[in-house]
Amino acid sequence: MRRTAIGAAGAVAGAFVVLATHGATVAHPVATGTGHPDEVAPDDGGTAPAPGGTGTGAPPLPTGATTVTGPAVDTPYGPVQVKVSFANGKIADVQAVQTPNDRRRSVAINGYAAPILRQEVLQAQSANVDLVSGATTTSEAYLQSLQAAIDRAGR
Amino acid sequence: MTTVERAVIRDTAQVMGTVFSFCLTAPRGMRRAEVRAALGSAVDELRRVDREFSPYRDDSLVARVRRGELRPETYPPRLVEVIDRCAAMRAATDGWFDAWAVPGGFDPSGLVKGWAVERAAARLADVGISDFAVNGGGDIVVRGTAPHGGPWRVGIRNPHDPRSVVMVLAMTHGAVATSAGYERGEHIVNPHTGEPATVPRVASATVVGPDLGTADAYATALYAAGQPGLAWFPTPDGCEALTVADDLTGTYTQGVARLRVAGPA
Repeated sequence: MRRTAIGAAGAVAGAFVVLATHGATVAHPVATGTGHPDEVAPDDGGTAPAPGGTGTGAPPLPTGATTVTGPAVDTPYGPVQVKVSFANGKIADVQAVQTPNDRRRSVAINGYAAPILRQEVLQAQSANVDLVSGATTTSEAYLQSLQAAIDRAGR
Repeated sequence: MTTVERAVIRDTAQVMGTVFSFCLTAPRGMRRAEVRAALGSAVDELRRVDREFSPYRDDSLVARVRRGELRPETYPPRLVEVIDRCAAMRAATDGWFDAWAVPGGFDPSGLVKGWAVERAAARLADVGISDFAVNGGGDIVVRGTAPHGGPWRVGIRNPHDPRSVVMVLAMTHGAVATSAGYERGEHIVNPHTGEPATVPRVASATVVGPDLGTADAYATALYAAGQPGLAWFPTPDGCEALTVADDLTGTYTQGVARLRVAGPA
């Protein structure tokens, strides 16, 4: 229809610098309080980072080392529940307490989803995002449980 | 008068086979029970839309239309609205969004989820809640400010990696829909061939605009059509677009560039 007229209206093209790439692996168990993957996104577009630097919009995080468990959140694949450890006012680690592994068909999803999602959260923290377009169902539930844990920690 | 901190309230609901999440900052003076009631009403709306429009429910309006049990003159107004919107989107996308070119004869799902989120959002706005986000399985409506006091920061997922985002948009009013093959396998049909769009020319397609029903349908169409579909944008109704190719090359309209606070220059 309007292809030629509007197509020229200035689409911008460019190779993406993927934000929050490849955060530190945090393989150690929860509640060690050994700092955080401090790999801040390389290009934050010149905007001021959110106060507190959590990017989740949560109340200030506890400054000491603390561990808080979020509520179980249902997904079509089963419940998702996370445990979060905080250190120095930042999320130090996130661990799945409950993942949808009670049904056989979910095992494959979960087996790789849980560790990946932990990375996602640790990295989203450095990209300062409130929500993600195109996120998966399981990651939504994961973030929900995480957010509730953060809320609890902030009180 | 003492300053009362405004409560931040989050909730999730499982409807339409996906998770809907809500995040809002309650207006000053609004009681928690009122907020809960508004959230309940929003979730009721989602469930109602699911009952009426799910192609998987035998008793839904969509199922009855498919079976030829309803005559057009007896269509309830909400069904007429959805059908009219689907027809408008088919025209606007050169047929790439086509609710009738699917197995079963009629499936408005590519528009209905976003439309449902808008209706749920309206239930919150109607009672005076002005700072909120509703996320329906990755399709998003935002209003006002996020709990940190600034605009909502909406990350656009890296289509190859749920661990990262390729761009961050700052928004205070609007909708974002992303279509890609990663969620449930390939679910986009090329309406011109009837075949699944198994070799998409883009890895994901994102549409930003004032209305999520429209953005949802445009994102579905743009993903199926690939980069040539960018020519539809900006649309007369204010939609802007971003495509991400397999090599993570991004192409986006000026309107997206204006909202971009992080990501490629």
